[in-house]
Amino acid sequence: MINKIVQSMAEALAGIGDGAVVLIGGFGSIGQPNALIDGLIEQGAKELTVVSNNAGTGRVGLARLLELGRVRKIICSYPRSAGSVVFEDVYRAGKVELEVVPQGTLAERMRAAGAGIPAFYTPTAVGTKLGAGKEERDFAGRAYLLEQALAGDVALIEAWEADRWGNLTYRSSARNFNPVMATAAKLTVAQAQHIVELGALDPEKIVTPGIFVDRVLHVPYGEPVVT
Amino acid sequence: MNEASAGYTPLSRAAMAARVARDIPEGWYVNLGIGIPVLVADHIPAEREAVIQSENGVLGMGPAPAPDAINRWLINASKLYVTLVNGGSYMHHADSFALIRGGHLDLCVLGAFQVADNGDLANWATSDNDTAPAVGGAMDLAAGAKRVWVVMQHMTKSGHSRLVRRCTYPLTATGVVKRVYTNLAVLDVTADGFAVREMVPGLTFDALQAMTDAPLRMAAP
Repeated sequence: MINKIVQSMAEALAGIGDGAVVLIGGFGSIGQPNALIDGLIEQGAKELTVVSNNAGTGRVGLARLLELGRVRKIICSYPRSAGSVVFEDVYRAGKVELEVVPQGTLAERMRAAGAGIPAFYTPTAVGTKLGAGKEERDFAGRAYLLEQALAGDVALIEAWEADRWGNLTYRSSARNFNPVMATAAKLTVAQAQHIVELGALDPEKIVTPGIFVDRVLHVPYGEPVVT
Repeated sequence: MNEASAGYTPLSRAAMAARVARDIPEGWYVNLGIGIPVLVADHIPAEREAVIQSENGVLGMGPAPAPDAINRWLINASKLYVTLVNGGSYMHHADSFALIRGGHLDLCVLGAFQVADNGDLANWATSDNDTAPAVGGAMDLAAGAKRVWVVMQHMTKSGHSRLVRRCTYPLTATGVVKRVYTNLAVLDVTADGFAVREMVPGLTFDALQAMTDAPLRMAAP
């Protein structure tokens, strides 16, 4: 019997090693797997490369992971936002390497990784400093940049419902990066608000098929808070 | 300069947003950037159906919810609570940016630090050694939408023109801006530079040119 549902945080995060590339879902605090991030803080892996749209706010979650010096590099589109105090401190102090990637390129680099596409051409960032040094090529008279796929060792994502096969649904705009990241990592761990019986999810409404998911942890925390 | 004594009144932020909204026809799919652009949605009349996209995976975004009807999982790109209109849908980030990059949006309205008369856009960083630069979706939107309009103040707080010959701030995209709405004027970006379509009442072309770094000409009527 396939059963991807794990009973403890330790089980959910077992095997994440130092130096791992960790994809973390969410757009701001919505769809962000807060329990798994807290678990990663406890778990102890360090020298991490974190891929996330934002770089955390306040002094909890991703910001706390940064503050503890556990992140070597962060790859994101929008590190600086209201309340991103920790990121700004560690970045200014030279304690974390930053790779800023346009949001759509960030998503597509992970989509490509999950789809077996090693690189792709995109018009985004042509002629800008974020495109500097990248291979450029013309197609039908327009310039494009070559961008490389971005794969993770682990993806930490948040879902709304899950079953024991790892089929997932999402809630409203909390979907965001989560289904993309689920496809792009060697190990995908989902926290889900609801665990349902196999067969209870309408196949027409499953967004992430279980093939992309390795472990599911039940985290019924209620309503998210925008931070 | 005291603008009232100069014989004209610059548009408020709301009036600038309303002016942009007038030019958005029914049926367009539109992304609105942070700042004045998001205000544009408030000025599109309900009977004129235009579909607003938010790059975090929302197509058919509606106004802010009533305080007792907030969906805590539904935010916009500014991370504010919004609603979904009838017919709206959700998608993940790769699909959201596929529709942006794939040229499916009729229009993207963005704010800017500078727009050059060749259509270059600078709206994400103010210097090359910015601490912690943050680009978000600006470069994808600027490169991907069928047309890019900018709505911004004509001048900086320190009195420098934001309409320039060449951008001095880091570029978001090259040659993409088709029209600029400021608190003083509406201008098209043409192969021959900025063409003034309209000015606020009482403002003269010469006075507008005096406040603008880039050379201007009147658009053909």
